[in-house]
Amino acid sequence: MAIEIEQPRVGLSKVAVSKTHGEDSPYFAGWKAYDENPYHETSNQSGVIQMGLAENQVSFDLLEKYLEEHSEASSWGKGAPGFRENALFQDYHGLKSFRQAMASFMEQIRGGRAKFDPDRIVLTAGATAANELLTFILADPGDALLIPTPYYPGFDRDLRWRTGVNIVPIHCDSSNNFQITPEAMEAAYQSAESMNLKVRGILITNPSNPLGATIQRSALEQILDFAVNKNIHLVSDEIYSGSTFSSSEFISIAEILETRGYKDAERVHIVYSLSKDLGLPGFRVGTIYSYNDQVVTTARRMSSFTLISSQTQHLLACMLSNKEFSENYIKTNRERLSKRYDMIIKGLKKAGIECLKGNAGLFCWMNLSPLLEKPTRESELALWKVILNEVKLNISPGSSCHCSEPGWFRVCFANMSEQTLEIALERIHKFMEQRKRN
Amino acid sequence: MRLIVPLQGVVQGRGGLIFGSLIPCALFYFLQLYLKRHRSPKPQSNPPSPTTSSPKLAEMTRTSSRSNLFSRSIGQVRISSRAISIAKPNESPYYIGLDKASEDPYDRLSNPDGVIQLGLSENRLCFDLIEKWMSENLGHSITGRDNGELNINGIATYQPFDGTMELKLAMAGFMSHIMGGAVTFEPSQMVLTAGATPAIETLCFCLADQGNAFLVPTPYYPGFDRDVKFRTGVELIPVHCRSTDNFALSITALDQAFNQTRKHGTKIRGILLSNPANPVGNLLSREMLYAILDFAREKNIHVISDEIFAGSMYGNEEFVSMAEVLDSEGFDKNRVHIVYGLSKDLSLPGFRVGVIYSFNENVLAAARKLTRFSSVSAPTQRLLVSMLSDARFIEEYIKTNKRRLQNMHALFVAGLKGLNIRCADSSAGLYCWADMSKLISSYSEKGELELWDKLLNVGKINVTPGSACHCIEPGWFRCCFTTLAEEDIPVVLERIRKAVENTTDLLNSS
Repeated sequence: MAIEIEQPRVGLSKVAVSKTHGEDSPYFAGWKAYDENPYHETSNQSGVIQMGLAENQVSFDLLEKYLEEHSEASSWGKGAPGFRENALFQDYHGLKSFRQAMASFMEQIRGGRAKFDPDRIVLTAGATAANELLTFILADPGDALLIPTPYYPGFDRDLRWRTGVNIVPIHCDSSNNFQITPEAMEAAYQSAESMNLKVRGILITNPSNPLGATIQRSALEQILDFAVNKNIHLVSDEIYSGSTFSSSEFISIAEILETRGYKDAERVHIVYSLSKDLGLPGFRVGTIYSYNDQVVTTARRMSSFTLISSQTQHLLACMLSNKEFSENYIKTNRERLSKRYDMIIKGLKKAGIECLKGNAGLFCWMNLSPLLEKPTRESELALWKVILNEVKLNISPGSSCHCSEPGWFRVCFANMSEQTLEIALERIHKFMEQRKRN
Repeated sequence: MRLIVPLQGVVQGRGGLIFGSLIPCALFYFLQLYLKRHRSPKPQSNPPSPTTSSPKLAEMTRTSSRSNLFSRSIGQVRISSRAISIAKPNESPYYIGLDKASEDPYDRLSNPDGVIQLGLSENRLCFDLIEKWMSENLGHSITGRDNGELNINGIATYQPFDGTMELKLAMAGFMSHIMGGAVTFEPSQMVLTAGATPAIETLCFCLADQGNAFLVPTPYYPGFDRDVKFRTGVELIPVHCRSTDNFALSITALDQAFNQTRKHGTKIRGILLSNPANPVGNLLSREMLYAILDFAREKNIHVISDEIFAGSMYGNEEFVSMAEVLDSEGFDKNRVHIVYGLSKDLSLPGFRVGVIYSFNENVLAAARKLTRFSSVSAPTQRLLVSMLSDARFIEEYIKTNKRRLQNMHALFVAGLKGLNIRCADSSAGLYCWADMSKLISSYSEKGELELWDKLLNVGKINVTPGSACHCIEPGWFRCCFTTLAEEDIPVVLERIRKAVENTTDLLNSS
């Protein structure tokens, strides 16, 4: 018998009752299915394998080894000197040593091709908070941000929910490997104008989620030019920058700015985090790097709502300023991710499935459009349901990423062991065989 | 008309060279003046802040160093109106004081002439206990050595954004203990946040729309201005309390403020209380809690009770939580939300641990989703589960903390009394609310700020002026005494005496 929950008579806000949190979309529905029947190597071999979560578990051993050998990082040293100051430290500037460590880590990831000033780093509890914070700062309620599709489904919630800002998509398609073109940007801008929305910025993710590919230098130049022409901001979410399979293939917007002598830099802001590259999403560590003094000041003040635990800052300052550790980590992590990528691409190819050529990230962008009954969103979702319920794999349908072409799916490969990945590939293979026969 | 005739003259070549040149010049000048007035304000440029390790104010926003406002090339790219108001340099004396104190901090041995910080409600009295616990227990409590194996997996991966069940259980137990065991807290009704600051903001986002308002008794914690207003667009309507009844809240005043606000077309969505109160340090009695709940029911609004100082009691009065009252009577629980945190009672503001405790399922559902923007860091969660579950340690800590608080409070208040400065009656908090109105030259905010300035620059002590807390009576100052050692108290008193000795002479001679 259903339990009647008496509706509270006292009202809630529009934010509280809004559906902008998006948790009713397929992106999250798949997670529910996984939660109800999670795969386990020994105890639940027929469960759903989670391939919808972009988490990096391939390099935990490196982190554990560091912590094992450096107890001062997690204990402030014998007798805990410095503990008191650390426990009291709630300055929104953040620990200087940690900002320096982050700046240097970001430089290492970019092969030293860009320099980062620790005083321009604003710390937030995760990139989710960083993106929301920037949106609060760069746009007013009712304004718009342009975002190339396909994009991370979480943006719909993170950038719009409390801020009241709109997202206008820049449509990209497979005809040119989903690259962002000036025509597409202009079309999106016009589209926003026709809806009477003031465009305040363009937000790119580089390397891209869900594409798993870096943005080319020429495209970055065009995007920056576009932002200058329209006098809007450019936010570059570089959260996967350390997860490129080869260090030379990632070009940061910071490098473009450097070659331009930092002209027009005051409109550029970079978001980074340790959730993907370092596999530490539970630590809640994000940063905003802005070339705009006013944005730095404002973001710092706003970060009061989302400070990083000083204990965590201390731990990571120790870890990341250890050059031996950080260099080895970046290199090894890249190699392992590259290996995983090769493994999944090969496995999918054997099953007759093609993917977009990728070079970064914790996922690949898989093309199942040949399997669709009709090139429509409905067909894509029907196929997604089959894969979820029959093949027992949770993958993310392109429509939840606002992809304009149906049939694409994001498949994560770094949040499981190699054995589990093998099992997943076997299931896909079997599924494709069955379809061929029918 | 008068302009046209000379112009005609110019055109027709009469009398006109002077007018002919004067008038266009004048028009040009006025055009420039008009453009200058109507140009959008050039944003203040602050350089990247010099890195100081100055303690952050839990209470208010800060500005970067005021001393170097050189203009860099600022882009013409615009930031939001929300941001523009936040970016403005904050001229509040509160910040100036904190900057001064952090630039020249007092140290008994190495900097005896430095500024003594009494403006930050931090509790330094019991760190020795926590440090001892750390050195005895820290080995495995962060990285979670299970069976001798280091396992970072448990804390590295995505955790529930609203906190792990282990920590919620531990917090529920701690909160209950702190409040004398009079109430039990349900972990399932808890949402953990990165400090009490986002707890307040998150609740505001859930309970009110932009343009709505909360009633808040004055004087109040200056940080509420930021927490409530910065990003939510919700207003705070002060409900003034007076020294004649020791700054107690009155339902009449609440009612008046409610009606006034409604007349102006603003919707009141709730009342924001701190209990124990900051900056006064008094408690809400059981009867007053009932009265507030009745009022809230009558007006159909929410009640947020910030109980962050519940474990910082030094008086003999009994602390009664809103939760306790709800347990016992048949009040509508859906409108009550409690905020808590570990920054005050456990002296761990840097670790960012706050709590929203609500009885409203819909608020909990929304708040849970919003914690993705302000979650507690996983290693910190693990450390605290360890610490809070150590019943023996917590018992000792709470007892010792209370004893030391009582001691410092008694000494400090007695010291002020010796200077003829009386304090409001209070039972809790890390501060006392001192009446220095006899020492100000004019009974006004201006007079109060002059005294504040003298105390800071002559006396070299930083205290919080009542105006920063929206107190309607001038001359009151919040003095935090928990950052001091006993030996520092006579130094503080001497400095106050020195700073005001001319004033008292003045007063005596007039």
